[in-house]
Amino acid sequence: MIPELGQYSLILAMIMAAFLAVIPMVGASKGSLFLMSFAKPLAKSLFLFMLISIFCLAYAFATDDFSVKYVAGNSNSALPVYYKLSAVWGGHEGSLLLWVFILSGWIFAVAIKSDGLPTDIMARVLAVLGMVGVGFISFTLITSSPFERLLVNTPLEGADLNPLLQDIGLIIHPPLLYMGYVGFSVAFAFAIAALLSGKLDVAWSRWTRPWTNLAWAFLTIGITLGSWWAYYELGWGGWWFWDPVENASFMPWLMGTALVHSLAVTEKRGLFKSWTLLLAIFTFSLSLLGTFLVRSGVLTSVHSFAADPERGLFILVLLAITVGGSLLLYAIKAYDVKSESNFELLSRETLILINNVVLVIICSMVLIGTLYPLIIDALGGGKMSVGPPYFNLLFVPFSLLLAFFMGIGILLRWKKSSPRKLLKQLLPSFFLAIAVGISAAYLFNQELAFKATLALVLAFWVVFSLILDAFSKVSNKADKLVGLSKLSPSYWAMQIAHLGVVVTMVGVALVATYSEERDIRMVPGDIVTLAEYSFEFQGAEKISGPNYSADMGTIEVLKNNQFFATMHPEKRFYPARGSMMTEADINAGLFADVFVALGEPLADGAWAVRLQYKPFMRWVWFGGVLMMFAGMLTVFDRRYKIRKSALPVTA
Amino acid sequence: MTPKRKQRLILVLFVVFGAAIAVALTVYALSQNINLFFSPQQIANGEAPVGTRIRAGGMVVDGSVKRDPNSLKIEFAITDYLQTVIVNYEGILPDLFREGQGIVAQGEMDQNGVFQAVEVLAKHDEKYMPPEVQDALDKTGYDQEGNKQ
Repeated sequence: MIPELGQYSLILAMIMAAFLAVIPMVGASKGSLFLMSFAKPLAKSLFLFMLISIFCLAYAFATDDFSVKYVAGNSNSALPVYYKLSAVWGGHEGSLLLWVFILSGWIFAVAIKSDGLPTDIMARVLAVLGMVGVGFISFTLITSSPFERLLVNTPLEGADLNPLLQDIGLIIHPPLLYMGYVGFSVAFAFAIAALLSGKLDVAWSRWTRPWTNLAWAFLTIGITLGSWWAYYELGWGGWWFWDPVENASFMPWLMGTALVHSLAVTEKRGLFKSWTLLLAIFTFSLSLLGTFLVRSGVLTSVHSFAADPERGLFILVLLAITVGGSLLLYAIKAYDVKSESNFELLSRETLILINNVVLVIICSMVLIGTLYPLIIDALGGGKMSVGPPYFNLLFVPFSLLLAFFMGIGILLRWKKSSPRKLLKQLLPSFFLAIAVGISAAYLFNQELAFKATLALVLAFWVVFSLILDAFSKVSNKADKLVGLSKLSPSYWAMQIAHLGVVVTMVGVALVATYSEERDIRMVPGDIVTLAEYSFEFQGAEKISGPNYSADMGTIEVLKNNQFFATMHPEKRFYPARGSMMTEADINAGLFADVFVALGEPLADGAWAVRLQYKPFMRWVWFGGVLMMFAGMLTVFDRRYKIRKSALPVTA
Repeated sequence: MTPKRKQRLILVLFVVFGAAIAVALTVYALSQNINLFFSPQQIANGEAPVGTRIRAGGMVVDGSVKRDPNSLKIEFAITDYLQTVIVNYEGILPDLFREGQGIVAQGEMDQNGVFQAVEVLAKHDEKYMPPEVQDALDKTGYDQEGNKQ
């Protein structure tokens, strides 16, 4: 009964979304307040029905209702209850339901937080979100309903959740990633509403910015968690593979980062308006493309759960309608949206423009590398893949370039800056960054690898700029500390976000350059040395867990001949699916990770063992956490507290 | 030219210049890093280049996996049921590697017609079949167990 209730709720949600897409939109174009007033109640009921629907699916999982095909395929009665609940999004159907549920959550949030917004804009924004909802709820209902039943041959036991997904990382990574993906639909809806009404003023940007920043923050942490999860759960210590599915989430992030910057210019200076709209459209289109790539099964990827051409076609059509429709609208209406002021060459606007160009270039390269094999295959040119060297070759120089300009852009003022003052600030910090960066690189490793050294120099370059800028903000205050504490949350967010980029950059540069790794056959008593660590393999024993059995190895690690840690990597066997899983043991530290994993048992009690030393590994993700924190912080800025009264317009 | 136009020109030139470099780099990088896929039959016909990074895939032949007792060297054969190719690999195999499973490996052909793999690709799901391998099998007309369709 409960699964049917879920299905009915989903259908009702679909109807609500359809009404939401049409009624307020008609109202806005006819100027009918009555029709527009339907927007909020419809948005709220859409959310309510989605909530019921996903709750019903969770209930089916919690009660081991294996007559539901999706539950039978992704759960098992021996599974701990928290994994049963997270198994809701462990497969294709449920993760789509989660996607739509999160969309309805964003719609609900916009509806209850839109009191200060002009009624017609609010009606249009919610109507556009309703259209997106119609597209994806119908996709779920038609091609991938998670409520389908197996009433004839009801299995007694479920097939179990894929062991890789039985992990805290899977519990939180997909919802956060989807919060980001789907969150950009709000920026998209605002962009479409602006195009439809031909109005794009300061109030519009103040409205759009917090939503966009929030979506960006979620996407940032979603990607970070995905990388962290791949690192420890896929078992082999890789943290970024340029896998098409990773690219699928990275592309909207790059475009979204450009959007966040461009929106800042639009809000503060009334410039780049049509460009901002275009970025909002692209960002959401890339989110949809990401959904298509992951969910259609066109990819050779660790994430392709199941291939189904019908599903792929459906999303492709949705994608074509969204991109085609919104670009057409853009072509017709963007001319109405005019920028209001000018800027000089040496100004923050120019540097943000450079930031945007570089980000869009990087994004296009990732897009080409990701889609090229698919296009060639579709044209009958044979199977191929584009390897990580392609992406690294392009990504590394452009992101270093971005860091160089970041150091300049932070110090520039809006509209125009004095070249002499800028040089006076930048020259000392330039030479200091080179000196400190090279010394730091030398202290860490006498090799002085070029890219790692350059990254460290640029890291200090940006950090010095951040410090200089903070001090120039309070240079005329009597008490510097009081002055600093009075700076606005969005200023601090700017500082923290850029610091986050630096932290990630340092982490990536050092771990990519100085990691050491050995795959080796070890018999009990063997000792292997890696960097300043030595590893003694002491054998493996059998253990058993709730729904698996395992071999657990014991490896004693010495650092500079002092005891460091005893590590227990496992090789697990999950009988429900008959699958093997590697559980690595990782000793995480602020400056280095030590990573051990068991390969396979060999003759005479020997094991294949992977040993790794990964310096500054944590920094890669810690930077992501800082960026997320910064994105969240901007939402609390006072100037986004919209009141009913007219907004003060400031430059 | 007014100063304002001059500024615009500089900006536009910057964008065009940046985009041109990006396109050139992309084309170069792409041409260097494409890994073509070859089925055992194509390899047996000599279609696969020697000494170039390629991908090869097929079903792991039952009973073909041989390990070196003193290292992580391993040898196995992959097949599309028409032709068979010997693969050499040194390192740890993914959890889902087993005989009778469809796999894709990355590496190079050597002079003796042996595929020297540097990476054997792991998949999430034991039911998963790499699309390349499925495609290669479809062409030979055998199913995954090696029965003629």
